[in-house]
This record gives sequence, C-alpha cells and structure tokens, in this order.
Amino acid sequence: MMELEIELKKASDSLKLWDATSISLTAGCDLFMRYVTRTSALEYEDFNSAKSRLIERAEKFGEISCKARRIIAMLSQDFIFDGCTIMVHGFSRVVLEVLKTAAQSKKLFRVFCTEGRPDRTGLRLSNELAKLDVPVKLLIDSAVAYTMDDVDMVFVGADGVVESGGIINMMGTYQMALVAHSMNKPVYVAAESYKFARLYPLDQKDMAPALRPIDFGVPIPSKVEVETSARDYTPPQYLTLLFTDLGVLTPSVVSDELIQLYL
Amino acid sequence: MDARRATTTVPRVRQVGFFTPNAPPAQPSRTHSFPLDSSSPPLSNSPVNNSLSPVMIPPSRHLSDNLVHRATSPLPVPEPSAFRRPIRSHHVAVVGSYNPTESLLGSSPPLASPSSRVIGDGEFSEESSAGWFRRSNSAKFASSFSGAFDLTSVKSSETGGFHQVKKPVVAQLKEEKSGAAAVVEPQINKGLSSSSTKPLKEKTTKAERRALQEAQRAAKAAAKDMTVSVGVSTSKPVKKQPAQKKDAPPPASSIAVSDRKGVERSMEKERRKDIPAPRMQFDDKSRVEKAKKRAVVNQSEARNRVELFRHLPQYEHGTQLPDLESKFFQLDPMHPAVYKVGLQYLAGDISGGNARCIAMLQAFQEVIKDYSTPPEKSLTRDLTAKISSFVSFFTECRPLSMSMGNTIRFLKSRIAKLPLTFSESEAKASLCADIDRFINEKIVLADNVIIQHAVTKIMDGDVLLTYGSSCVVEMILLYAHELGKQFRVVIVDSRPKLKGQALLRRLVGKGLSCTYTHINAVSYIMHEVTRVFLGSSSVLSNGTVYSRVGTACVAMVAHAFHVPVLICCEAYKFHERVLLDSICSNELGDPDALSKVPGRMDINYLDDLTNKDNMQLLNLMYDATPSEYVSMIITDYGMIPPTSVPVIVREYGREYLWI
Repeated sequence: MMELEIELKKASDSLKLWDATSISLTAGCDLFMRYVTRTSALEYEDFNSAKSRLIERAEKFGEISCKARRIIAMLSQDFIFDGCTIMVHGFSRVVLEVLKTAAQSKKLFRVFCTEGRPDRTGLRLSNELAKLDVPVKLLIDSAVAYTMDDVDMVFVGADGVVESGGIINMMGTYQMALVAHSMNKPVYVAAESYKFARLYPLDQKDMAPALRPIDFGVPIPSKVEVETSARDYTPPQYLTLLFTDLGVLTPSVVSDELIQLYL
Repeated sequence: MDARRATTTVPRVRQVGFFTPNAPPAQPSRTHSFPLDSSSPPLSNSPVNNSLSPVMIPPSRHLSDNLVHRATSPLPVPEPSAFRRPIRSHHVAVVGSYNPTESLLGSSPPLASPSSRVIGDGEFSEESSAGWFRRSNSAKFASSFSGAFDLTSVKSSETGGFHQVKKPVVAQLKEEKSGAAAVVEPQINKGLSSSSTKPLKEKTTKAERRALQEAQRAAKAAAKDMTVSVGVSTSKPVKKQPAQKKDAPPPASSIAVSDRKGVERSMEKERRKDIPAPRMQFDDKSRVEKAKKRAVVNQSEARNRVELFRHLPQYEHGTQLPDLESKFFQLDPMHPAVYKVGLQYLAGDISGGNARCIAMLQAFQEVIKDYSTPPEKSLTRDLTAKISSFVSFFTECRPLSMSMGNTIRFLKSRIAKLPLTFSESEAKASLCADIDRFINEKIVLADNVIIQHAVTKIMDGDVLLTYGSSCVVEMILLYAHELGKQFRVVIVDSRPKLKGQALLRRLVGKGLSCTYTHINAVSYIMHEVTRVFLGSSSVLSNGTVYSRVGTACVAMVAHAFHVPVLICCEAYKFHERVLLDSICSNELGDPDALSKVPGRMDINYLDDLTNKDNMQLLNLMYDATPSEYVSMIITDYGMIPPTSVPVIVREYGREYLWI
C-alpha cells in the first residue's frame, strides 16, 4: 500500500511538473493524493480491495469533473432571468455550459464578452455563443467600466479557488470584479470543487508566476518591459457567490471545505 | 437527572447562587448555553455566551436546542458542568479547608447505583452522579451551609432512585405551570426523549416565570434562611444590572424584555461562574464582598473607577505583592509552585499568553506529582477541586486569559477521563504526560508550524511591521533572518509597558535592521510597510482578534493602507466566544502607570490629580480587532481566513475528545 502511494505520488508530481502553473491540475492531484492517503490509512487486509477502491474512486473523480459542469449549470439557472445582461471574461467551459443550458431552456439574455487579449478568449467564446443564437457583444478589455452600467451580473470561471475564498483567473478578472463591485453588480464564479487549492495569496505578487508572452504585433524596443503575467487574484470581498458542484457557496465556505478535507 | 435538568431550564428562572436538591443549579442551562453539537461535547465546556451582555445572546433558542440535545446526548453534559462548577472562583472556599460535604461526597458511592439502575447507562450515571456531587459541592461554595443540606436531602431523596427524585421536581413545577408540567412529565418519564421541549418554553410567560421564581424563593426561605439571604442578594444584582448597563436594550423594550434580560443575565452569571476564566461582575457589591472574604490575596479596590468599566476588577496595585509575601507561611494548602507562579503573575514577571500557560501547566505538574489522594476520596474529584482552588488563586493574582481557560478545561477533561482502573501513581504519571504532550504539541510544535507557514509570506525587500512583543512573531522574524531573507522590521510600541523595546534589543542583537516608533506615528510609517505581523491573546468565533491594547489601531491603519495583516496564533487560543467590543470583557491594569513616566520626574503633571473625583484613569490591557481588518490568521492548522475560526474550533474541539 505504501509502495502504491509512493508511486502515485511520483506520478502526481510529474503531472504537476508538466504544467507548473496550472492550479486546478495541482489542486486536483493533491485532492486525489489526499484521498489515497486517507484510504491507505484505513486498514485493508486485502491489498486488492484497496487498489480496486482507489481505481473506483479515480474513475468517479473523472466522472465527477464531467458531471460537475452539469450540476453547476443547473444551480446557476435560477440566477439568470429573462432579459438579463451577463458580462463574461475569459473562456471557461463551465461558464459556457451555464450559458448553453440557459439558452436551451429558452431564456432570453445577452452576453457582453471581453476580447481577452492576448489569448483572444473572447473571440472563441463569442463563436460558441453565436452558434447557440445568443446575442453577443464583443468589447475591448478597456471597455469594461464603460459598459458596466448596462450589465446585470458578471460571470467568470476560475483557474483555482484559494483558501481565502478568492479566485485566480485570467488576467483582467480582478479589474472586472473591482468595477462590478463598485457599481454594485454581483460577481458569480463557476468552479468545480476540485479546483479548491490550499493557497493563500495576500496580494497579486504572492502567487507562483505564470507568464505568457504577449505579441503586440509590432516590435518592442529592448528597454521596454512588458507585464506578461497571465493571471491575477481576485480577493473574496469582490465576489458574491461561487457556483460549485458542492452547491452555491459564499466565499468563506471554501476554507471550511478545505479544512474538512485536509484535516 | 433529566427531570431536574428539564425542570430548572424550563422556567428559565435562574436561582443565582444557591441550589436546591430538586432543582439542581444552573448546571444544565450552563451547558446548554449554546447549540450543542452532540458530537462535540467538549465545546459545551466553554459556553459560547460567556459575554456579559445579554444583547448578544438569544438564550431561548439555545436552551430549547439544548434541551433537545441534552436529552439525546446525556454523557457530555454533566461532565463539563461538573468541571465548571468548582472553578467558579470567588465562591470557592480556597484556603485548604476541605468542606465537610466533600467528605460526605467521598463516602457515598452507593448514590451512584440508584441512578445507574434507572438510567441503565452506567457510564452516564456515574458521570452524572459525579457531576451531581460536584454540583452540590459547589452549591456549598455558593452558600456555606446550603450545600450540606442539599446533599443530605439529596441523599435521602435519592435512595429510592430516579423516580423519587423526579417527584418533588415535578410537584414543584406543577404548582406553577400546570400545562408545562404535563409536558415535562412525559418527557421525564420517557427519560431521554427529546420531543416536546419547545412548547415548554413558549408556555412559560413572564408572569408565570415570576410566580415560579417567587414560589421557589419562598420555598427556599422556608428551608434554609441562609440561602434566602444569599439568593435575594444575588438575585437583586440581576435586577440591578439591567438598570446599570449603559447600553441597555432599546428603550422600546417592554418589562418582559427586561425581565427576560434579568433572567438571562442571571443565567449568564451562572454560566459565567462555571467557565474556566470566570468574569465576575465587579459592580455587584454583595458578590464582591463575598469574594473578598474567600480571597487569598487581599486586594483593596481602586478608588477612582471609570463607570463604563465597573464590571471589571480593579485593585490598588502595589499592595498585593507584599501582602501575599507576608502570608506565605500561612498558606498551607497552597502548593509552593502554584504560589510562586501566582506571585510571578502578580508582579508581571511572566506575561504573554504562551508563557503564562506554560508556567501554569508546569506548576500543575508539580502539584500532580506531589499529590496524594486523601483517604476516602476519589482522585479525580479531589484533584479537580484542588486544581480549581489553585485556578481561583491565579485569577486573584491576575485574571485568566482565554487561552489559560482553554488549557484548564483541557486539564480537567483529562482528569475526568482517567480510567478508574488506574492506580494513583499511574494516574499521576498519565496526567503529567498529558500536560507535557499539551505543551509540546499545542505550543512548541504549533509555534514551529506557524513559523514555517509564515516565512513563506516574507519576500526579499519586505518591510514588516509588528506591534508590541509577541513571542511567535519574534520567532518568525528571527527564523526568516536565518533563512537569509532580506527584509527590515518596524517595531511599533506603546506606553505604559513599552514591551517593544525588549524586542528591539533582541532583534538588533541578532542583526536585523529595525526601526522603532510609538503608536502615534503608525499612520506616518504605514505607507512604507508591506506586511503587518501581529500576535494575539485569543481569536474568537466571529474572527475578532483579542490582543494587547493598540493592536486594533495598528490593524485599522494597515487596512486603510491596504497592507495585509497577518495574525499569528496557536489553535489552542481559539475560543467559541463572540466579542463585539472591547468593553464587555477586558482587563484593567494599574492606572498609576499612566500618570507616571519612569525616569522623567519633570513631567509629573498628574501627581496631585490622581485622587480627584473628576479624574479617572483607565489603563486597559486588551482590545478587540474586528475581523475585516485581518487578512489571514496563521495557526498550526495552516493559514486560514478569519471566517474559518469557528470551523477550527469545531474540528479542534473534537480533537479534544480524541486525545
């Protein structure tokens, strides 16, 4: 059993190394390792039964992450009303699922989509939404405050949900949450529960750096520095609710869940 | 047992200060002062509603919840209350003289059997009977002779067994509330059924409760004169307090509300009496007088006391130490180690939550090592009583901190959990090992874990601010320096203690670059600061940090400048209490320390003014920092947001059970 644990740990570490910046990968691996240690702590006389239990759990894990999106989509339907305007940032499959479900249940709403430079996530998302016949409006990232008046709610996904209840997401999310908060618009986050990570950033610089080179289209003089960080941290006071497969949570519950899981 | 508990909590009339055999003292209500999670009994040890203001507590909800829970989880209930009882400090006959009832208690094991026969759960009955004894014991403490009477009457009435005792209780109730009694009886008869407690609550109106109170008072007057006088005097302050309290309930509150509050307050008083860190209302003259009679340390009260803080003890400093020293050879029952630590508290040689806890635990270790069970007594009960008397001595020297309260609760639960098969030496060895383990795990190792977590938050180029002198923060800074991180430290200090100077000396000695300033310059210096590290005396359930006075200011300024505030606190200091302000619960220091600046004779402007009537000096020791100013709390359980403190208390409380 211990040997299996060690092997799994090695596998998990190498997985994490493959993409050192992905928080959900790290968090997912940690969660599964946590489950492994918990299982091995229980005394199973038969190694095979323990092993089969782990395999079962792993498969369930995969299933859960697929199902999670559907659960989250169902939970968030109550919050999308007819005639509402939703602002979205970044390309999140969970948010897409939410909007898809809403469109399929014949709700009338429109979506404001930020361009999402440098990844051009906005373009991808607007493509998808256009296929669903949802009215989409593309904005440049700087137009967020300009259009925030007409918006009813902000919907974002998350790369990772941290212990304080805040989220780490694509660069620009913090900005949008700040503007929305100051204009009293709710900010909803859709994230699966395996994204809960045991990180606790105090400010923007307190995270592991994830850099993504930006192509400006024109050559930049060598003396000019470019901020290439790909993600930012949104503190919990700017978030209204988190839609997860565990239910609709407030940001302070994240720590509760993490403590119960890890202690 | 259930009957008695049910009946006392039902009328919600607290008989403050004395107990009848039929209506056991507030023990049940105390333990039920907050929603009990039946899986976490140790939490019931520290009533969440310790706070003095009834505004914070909706008692009926708790009581009704607890009635339900009590019925379903009988085991934990008597136990914690039993511990709580003897600690009720100023009512404990401290100086050595073992009360006659104790010998009675020791010699009456057969009392356990009737209850066990009836209830059927041997362990429960044993605990409950133990608790029963302790209740009576402390009843004795409350009013000298009533306890003895209570016990004898209890003994006589209990010989028949469970049902016999129920009858007087039920009879008493029946006089007052026919409807309620009908509900109570089936409940009692069912034994551990939990259903109809809520209707019970609603049926008792204010008039009925009043009537019941009067009738009970009359009944007690008939039985024992002594207890009546005590009861009247103690129930009077109950009524006085609503009037006295500055921030009284809104003026629109009806008499029902104030009556309720009076009842609540007496309930809280009961609860308060039983918590490890008792907070006696010091504006109640009669109780203060009683406390003084029993006190070991003769303390004379300060003359000019601020009205708002009259509920806190304030004594003349300077007279206590010589007085205590002179009594050294007369205090036979006092263990020398305890005496020494008490003196150190009084003189201020030991200060700081961890140091005080460790000193107290080590003194108790000595006590346990030198302890030998007197004949005809059980080790658990006797030792617990002794510990309680020592705790009240400590309280007189210096009011207990919340972490010390938790520690004492832990120790008492360990004593109670000693298997009966243990011989005396085994029990003593086990207790000493437990204490060692507590100090090691909860303080020493916890500090190491906190340091490991905290240094991950220190980057090169940081400017760290700290206030006062916290041992954990000092360790963090030294460790980060050892790791080679480049940072500088700003130490903010304040009068009158000026603890930061010692910290400054130690840090500069180790080679850190430090800046030193006083608290009036904190907003000036805050713009340079990148992180604020603060220690704390305790963290409460709503995320409020209870720490040295001045911490709240520093945290507030840091928040205004968007500087993250990190509180470093071991998990054993967490408490289920909720504090909304710094007034309800605090400690008053020596007011003369404010008027005098050591070494500066020329600025003695206040010298002749200190005794004037319109001059009141207030030297607060603690303050409460709201949770919105706190970014993160670093504990041995990791880094948590302030909203997760009750989660840790819930989990940590459970661990208490597993130790």
